[in-house]
Amino acid sequence: MKESIFIAKNVVKQYGDYTALNKVSISVPKGSIYGLLGPNGAGKTTLMRIINQITAPDSGSLIFDGEPLQNHHISDIGYLPEERGLYKKMKVGEQALYLAQLKGMSYPEALEKLKFWFTKLDILDWWNKKVEELSKGMAQKIQFVVTVIHEPKLLIFDEPFSGFDPINAAIIRQEILELSQKGTTIIFSTHRMESVEEICDHIALINKSKTILEGPIGEIKEQFTKNSYEVITANRELIENDYFSIISTKDSTFRILLKEGKTQQEALQSIVKEVEIISFKKEIPSMEEIFIKAINNA
Amino acid sequence: MRKIWLIIKREYLVRVRKKAFIVMTIVGPLLMAALLIVPTYLAEESQELRSIAIEETGFEFTNQLEDTEFLHFSKIPTEEATNLKKGFAESNYYALLYIERDNFTLYSNQQISLSVSNGIERQLEKINERQKLKAAGIDLAVLKNAESTVHINTKIISEDGNATNSQTEASMGIGFICGILIYMFIFMYGTMVMRGVIEEKTSRIVEVIISSVKPFQLMMGKILGVALVGLTQFILWILLTFAIATVAELMFVDASSMTTELDSVQQSVLLSEISNLTGGINLVQIFLSFIFYFLAGYLMYSSLFAAVGSAVDAEADTQQFVLPITIPLILSFILIQPIMENPDGTLAFWMSMIPFTSPVIMMVRLPFGVANWELALSVGILISSFILTTWFAGKIYRTGILMYGKKASYKELLKWLSYRN
Repeated sequence: MKESIFIAKNVVKQYGDYTALNKVSISVPKGSIYGLLGPNGAGKTTLMRIINQITAPDSGSLIFDGEPLQNHHISDIGYLPEERGLYKKMKVGEQALYLAQLKGMSYPEALEKLKFWFTKLDILDWWNKKVEELSKGMAQKIQFVVTVIHEPKLLIFDEPFSGFDPINAAIIRQEILELSQKGTTIIFSTHRMESVEEICDHIALINKSKTILEGPIGEIKEQFTKNSYEVITANRELIENDYFSIISTKDSTFRILLKEGKTQQEALQSIVKEVEIISFKKEIPSMEEIFIKAINNA
Repeated sequence: MRKIWLIIKREYLVRVRKKAFIVMTIVGPLLMAALLIVPTYLAEESQELRSIAIEETGFEFTNQLEDTEFLHFSKIPTEEATNLKKGFAESNYYALLYIERDNFTLYSNQQISLSVSNGIERQLEKINERQKLKAAGIDLAVLKNAESTVHINTKIISEDGNATNSQTEASMGIGFICGILIYMFIFMYGTMVMRGVIEEKTSRIVEVIISSVKPFQLMMGKILGVALVGLTQFILWILLTFAIATVAELMFVDASSMTTELDSVQQSVLLSEISNLTGGINLVQIFLSFIFYFLAGYLMYSSLFAAVGSAVDAEADTQQFVLPITIPLILSFILIQPIMENPDGTLAFWMSMIPFTSPVIMMVRLPFGVANWELALSVGILISSFILTTWFAGKIYRTGILMYGKKASYKELLKWLSYRN
């Protein structure tokens, strides 16, 4: 198995009587795009705050890049929180410089990198504008830049696409993928399952303060995949046999389930003998279906 | 440490560059200079030398009216007096005193200043009195001998037996000004910290920042940055006030060169009087204590204000929390007057020990002289309380800044105190 950049083991966090995280364990492989999923109030934000050392857990261990999570790791992590903003009265450039320096960069280094990113995202002419003059989407772009500016090993994005129009969302998605290709590990929290499917390779699903699913997307999908297939026939006919049973029928589309010990190959051959097949497809659940199923079963 | 310095720098620069700060810094000294200059100016104005014409059938009063520094009397013939009544404007006379036995009338083409009519009145009364006494057969020499004035010297005897002049008026003045200034500064800059915290919370930048620095660093950086703004404004005020006052005084003295000589004499008298007045007061101790009580009082209150700011979502929600914090401050402001009347009483003692009131009250008491052990105790209590309140406020702050859309109650705040980290 690949080396992990971040490991949390049995993390517990309580706020008074309320338990935000109950023995949560996750392990984020180096270089992965790791989707942190879960319904509202599941504890995702608390977990992200713990990784950023905004709060400390009551118990449990945290390992970052092979050593216990420490204060100096702050400069190796970039965090774009869901509740984010900028000083409205401050100028864009000045503010970006301030935030970059707080991450531990020197002034000249911060200035150089910021100019690079501002040019790349074509926002250089906002440098001397006050934040209050910008639209929400524009401010989000600046927040994205100051999150990634110090080239951290681990980036944490909480709903990074909210507030963006589709065009800018695509630009940001492209930038995130580029960063991932350069080797940055990315933790990605969102409710939008289609974007999880698109960009994540690992996920963890947290519900009611507990991890209920974790692993590579392919493995998880397999876990949720039953031996069911979608078959479309030419003459709208299909009859059950020893190899499969029919779950449902709709026009010429049939959902079938393999019988115990039978293979996909055997079933397909048995159908080909009887009817003309237009399509034969294994049913793979979408992330959304897995999400709902896992939470309802839990 | 580098990060807290970055925060202090930002908090300081953002505020110092604001128009409101610049305007306040300039207008403040102008107002103070005006307070210093206007009374002097008004006093100078009435001290103009004025000629008073006298019309009297005899010389009974005329001969006894004495010229003063500001009044010059001269008798004029009846015809001239009649002319004068018609044309005051062209003459050099300020007023015409018409005397007919015991009837006195003062004519002028303008409102006669109270000091002029009072001055003349006093002289006339005296002349009248003397004449009546003379008529009654009392020797004036005996009378003069009987006149006496009494002046009480108040002195403070210190423990080593040295007596110094006690200067109640000066003590009251200095104590009052110091007390008011501390009250003003704590209030102004404490609420400035609170507004800063609310701004960070409502603009949602706070979580971005505390992923780089500890919440406590952010809070302390803000508090210290604002403290520097306060000190800057205070020092600029003092410098500008003196500069403006000096320039204005110079211009003023120049314009009325006629009275310059008089002024310099008066000024030297005034200066020696001032140094005499403040002679018994330890000005260095007061200055150092002022800086200490300002900073320590501000640190204590502003950390509480920061905690309040972190617990609310908008400035409008702050009232229920701000009121209990400001009550001791307002109370000490109200009690300045009674404390000045009895600066060594039980009330004064306790209020200068309780940390919430001591910054204002101790400054009021200091010019009257406070025992060293009392001062040391008060300083010690204040230092330990601001460490305690900062710790306490820090706990509320780090939880509060991450709570959105939740209306905090006192019960809630107590719960936050028990949260770990």
